[in-house]
Amino acid sequence: MIRFILLQNRQGKTRLAKYYVPLEDSEKHKVEYEVHRLVVNRDPKFTNFVEFRTHKVIYRRYAGLFFSLCVDITDNELAYLECIHLFVEILDHFFSNVCELDLVFNFHKVLVLP
Amino acid sequence: MDSLFQRSLDDIIKGLRHQQAGESAFVSKVLEEVRREIKSTDSHTKSTALQKLTYLHSICFVDMSWAAFHAIECISYPNFTHKKVGYLAISQSFQESTPVILLISNQLRKDLKSNVEVEVSLALECLSRIGNLDLCRDLTPEVFTLMASSRIPVRKKAIGVVLRLFGKYPDAVRVCFKRLVESLESSDSPPIVSAVIGVFCELASKDPKAYLPLAPEFYKILVDSRNNWVLIKVLKIFTKLAPLEPRLAKKIVEPICELMSKTGAKSLMFECIRTILTSLAEHESAVKLAAGRINELLIDEDPNLRYLGLHALAIVAPKHIWAVLENKEFVIKSLSDPDPNIKLESLRLVMEMVSESNVVEICRVLVNYATKSEPEFCNVILGSILSTCSNNVYEIIVDFDWYVSLLGEMSRIQHCQKGEEIENQLIDIGMRVQDVRPELVRVGRDLLMDPALLGNPFLHRILSAAAWLCGEYVEFIRNPVELMESLLQPRTSLLPPSVRAVYLESAFKALVFCLHSYLKSAHGENGEASGTTLIQENHITPDSVLHLLNLIDMAVGPLSGSYDVEIQERARNILGFTELIKPVLSDSLHPQDERHKQQVEASKMVRLLHDTFSDELGPVSMSAQGRVPVPDGLVLHENLADLEAVCGSSLPASSATISFEGSHNVEGATSIFISDQKEESEPSSESTSLLAEHRKRHGLYYLPSEKNTEHHEANNDYPPANELKSGVTVSNDAQDLAKLAEQSFLPKRKSKQVKARPVVVKLDEGDVLPISSKIPQAKDDSLSEAVRDVLLGNKAAADSVIRKKGKEKLNAKEQEDDLDHMDSQSGTVQNPVKERSKRSSRKQNADEGDHGGDKGKQKRRHRHGKHRTREGVQNPPANVISQTPVPDLLL
Repeated sequence: MIRFILLQNRQGKTRLAKYYVPLEDSEKHKVEYEVHRLVVNRDPKFTNFVEFRTHKVIYRRYAGLFFSLCVDITDNELAYLECIHLFVEILDHFFSNVCELDLVFNFHKVLVLP
Repeated sequence: MDSLFQRSLDDIIKGLRHQQAGESAFVSKVLEEVRREIKSTDSHTKSTALQKLTYLHSICFVDMSWAAFHAIECISYPNFTHKKVGYLAISQSFQESTPVILLISNQLRKDLKSNVEVEVSLALECLSRIGNLDLCRDLTPEVFTLMASSRIPVRKKAIGVVLRLFGKYPDAVRVCFKRLVESLESSDSPPIVSAVIGVFCELASKDPKAYLPLAPEFYKILVDSRNNWVLIKVLKIFTKLAPLEPRLAKKIVEPICELMSKTGAKSLMFECIRTILTSLAEHESAVKLAAGRINELLIDEDPNLRYLGLHALAIVAPKHIWAVLENKEFVIKSLSDPDPNIKLESLRLVMEMVSESNVVEICRVLVNYATKSEPEFCNVILGSILSTCSNNVYEIIVDFDWYVSLLGEMSRIQHCQKGEEIENQLIDIGMRVQDVRPELVRVGRDLLMDPALLGNPFLHRILSAAAWLCGEYVEFIRNPVELMESLLQPRTSLLPPSVRAVYLESAFKALVFCLHSYLKSAHGENGEASGTTLIQENHITPDSVLHLLNLIDMAVGPLSGSYDVEIQERARNILGFTELIKPVLSDSLHPQDERHKQQVEASKMVRLLHDTFSDELGPVSMSAQGRVPVPDGLVLHENLADLEAVCGSSLPASSATISFEGSHNVEGATSIFISDQKEESEPSSESTSLLAEHRKRHGLYYLPSEKNTEHHEANNDYPPANELKSGVTVSNDAQDLAKLAEQSFLPKRKSKQVKARPVVVKLDEGDVLPISSKIPQAKDDSLSEAVRDVLLGNKAAADSVIRKKGKEKLNAKEQEDDLDHMDSQSGTVQNPVKERSKRSSRKQNADEGDHGGDKGKQKRRHRHGKHRTREGVQNPPANVISQTPVPDLLL
C-alpha cells in the first residue's frame, strides 16, 4: 500500500506531497525532511530502495526532481518503480513536455492526478 | 472592488518565488488577504482565495482548518471549476476531527447522484480521502448504485472507494460485497478487474482467512490475465492465502512456475519468486526453480536486481540453506559493495550461513572486513558476530579458547563500541565454562596490562570485566604480583568510578590470594588440595609481599578520601585489612622472630578471607528468585503496606516490587542473598526483612528502585552493619555479577555434557528473559465477520434479516426477540410475519452472494453484546435501504 508520494527537488523543496495515511502537519514536515535527506545523499549507483522507519521508500531521480514513494515492506519494489515512471509519463503527457515550473504553477492540477 | 485586485494563484506563486528573504512575512500578508477574500459571497473570489489557501497549506504548512466552512460553500457552487477547488481543499485539509465534516454529506450525495461524470468522480475521490464512519454509512447506498454504473471510470472509482468504506464502516460489506465479487468476474474490462484486485489485495493482507472462498476466482485471474499489475496483486493475495489451505498451494504451484519461466517482466518474476519462497516453500521443485532465477538476479549488473536477489535469499535462508550456500562467494563479495543496503543484506545472509564447522573462518573474514570498514558498519558486523555466537548459550562454539581470544581481539579494534556486550559475554562465559577460565584470565591480563586502553572510553566496560575475571579466578594467574601492579597503576584514575571500584576489589582478592599462597608455602601446610601446584609456581617471596603491601599503601591510600562512595568503601576495606595484617606479617617476614602465634593469627585471617573469595559464583536463573520459599515468619505484603503508609507518594510505585515474587527485582536484598549461596532461605530472608525494615524506616533516603548500577552500590552501603565485612565485600562482587549478568540466583546446577566441548553450564530454564506473550493485534473483527458471513452464511438468515429490515420501525428489543425466536427454529423457517413475494427469488440464489442478512444474523448470534450498539448504527441505513427496492440488495 502506498503511504505517500513526495516530489522534491535537490534543495529539499517539496513540489508535491500526497498523503494516503493521516498525519499531523508537523509530522508531515518531519517526514519530508527525513526522506529528502535520505534520498539526496545516495549515490546514483546504489539501489533505488531504502528502508525508512518501518516502511520502504522507493525513489527515482528525474532531472532535478526526486520522486519518492513510501510503501509497505512487503510490496514489490520493481512494480512501484514502474509506477513512478508511469506517473512521470502521465505528467509529461498532461503538460506536454513537463518541467519543474509546470508543477510549481499548476499544483492543483497535479494534486488531483495520483 | 476586492475582486478587481484579487491576486490570482499564479501571482502568489510568482511572488513567493521572488522573495529572497522575508518569506514568512509575505505568506502572512497573503494569508490576511485570503481571510478577507474568502468571506466574500462571489463564487469566483471565494474559490480563488480557497485555491491560494490550499497552495499555502501544501507548501508552507499553513493551517487551513478555519476555512472548512468556506470550502463546503465552494463545493456547492454549480460551476465545475469552483467545485473542483472546493473538493481539493477538502481532500487536503479535512480530517476525521474536522467538526463540519457532517455538513458535506448532503452535498456529496447530490454530486454522487449527478449525471455529470466528472462531478461524480470528484465526489468519489473526496469520499475516499476523507470518509469517516458517518459519511461512509450515509453514502454507502449511493456508492453501491455507482458500482453498477455504465461508465467505466466511475465504476472503477466506486470500487476504489469501497475499500475505504469497508475500512470505516464494516456493515457496508453487506451491501456492496456482492457487486464487488461480480466485478471480479467481469473479465471484459481490465480496469475494473485491476481495481477490484487491488481492493482485495488490501483486504486480504489484513485478514486472509475471510477471503479464502474467493480463491477460485483469483485462480482464474491468475491463469487468464495478461496484465502484469493484476498478476502481481493476485500473487500477493495468494501469498496470504496459500499457507491457510494446502490444497490451494498445490494447485497454484504449477501456474506460478510457468509464469516465472515465461514472463519477461522482472517485477513479475520477482513477485513469483517471493510468493514461492514465502508460502510454497515445501514444494522442492518450485524452490529449485526459484533458486535458479535468484542466481540470474544476483549476477546482474543492475544493483537493484542484485539487492533483490540477496533479499530473496534472505527469505529462503531459514529453510533451504543450500540455496544460500550455492551463492556463497557472491554473498561474501557483496560485503564489500559500496552500497550500504547491499552490505547489510549480505551480512545478514552470512550470519545465516554460520554453523559449527565454519564459524571460525567466517568470523575471521568478518573481523577482517570490520577493521577495514567505516565505524558504523564495523560495529554492525561486530554486533552480528556477537549475537550469532552467543545464540542459545553459545551453541555453535566448540572451541572456547579461540572465541575468548577473538573477544579480546575485538575489544582492540579501533571503532569497537560493543563494550557492554563483550563484557557481558566474557563474564557469562567465565561463569559457565570452567575449562576456559585460564584462557579468559590470560586475555583479561593482556587487556589490563596495556596502559593505552585505559584512555578509550568504549573499552571501560571490557576492562571492568577483565578486572573482575582476573580477580575472581586469580588462581589461574601466573604472576599475581604483576596483575596487582597493573590493577593499581596510576593511569587507572582515567577510569570511571564504577570500573575503578571493580579494579580495587580485584586487587583485594589478588592480595589475599598472594598472602595466602605465601603463608601456605612459608609454613608448608597441606591445606586445600586444588591448585596447590599453581600456587607454588607463583614464587611469592617475602620481598614481593612487602612490595605489594607498599604498593597498596601508595596507590590505595589516597583513594580512601575519594568522593565516590564505592571507591572509598573498598579502599578502606583493603587498607583496613593491610593494617591488620602488616604488623603480624612483618614479624613473620623476619625469620628471626618466631612469634608463632601471630603467624597463626595472620594465616587465620588470610584464610578466612581466602575462603570467602573462593566460593564459586555460577550463572543464575531468571526465575530463581520466585522459587525461594518464603519463610514462615515473614509476611511480605504487610511490610509493603506499612511502607506505603510511611512514605506515601514519595516512593515511586515500583518500590512495591521489593516483594519477592517477580524475578526482575534486584535490590540490595538479592545481593545479600548471593553472599550465602549454600544457605539460601533462612539467613537471607532475615537480612532482607531487615533491609525492608530499614527501608521502611528510612524510605525517603532510598533512591527509586530501578536497575541502576549506581543505585545498586549505593543500596549496598545500607545493609545492616551487623553483617560480616566479608559478606559485604563478596556482595559487592555479586553486585557486579548481578549488574552484568541477569537477576536472581540459583544453587549451582549441573551442566550438560557436550562431546569434546568444554562444559558449559546451562540452566534448564530461566537463561533468557521470558518473552512477554505478544498481544495479538486487534484485527478488524467486525469486517472479517461481515465478510465471512457474506460468503458463507445461509439463505434462511437472509429471510429473517430482510424481515428484520422491514420491521425496523419496531424497537430493538422486539427485533432481538424475533431473531432469537428464529434462531431457535431451524434454518429454513417460513415466518409469515411479513409476506414478500421476492422471498422465493431470494431463495434461488445459490451462490456465495448471500449477504446482508446471513451475516447479520450470525453476527447477532455471535456478538450478542455488540448487538445493541449495532442496532443504533444499523437503523439509519436500514431506513435508507428499505426505501430502495428490495431486489437490488439481494440479486
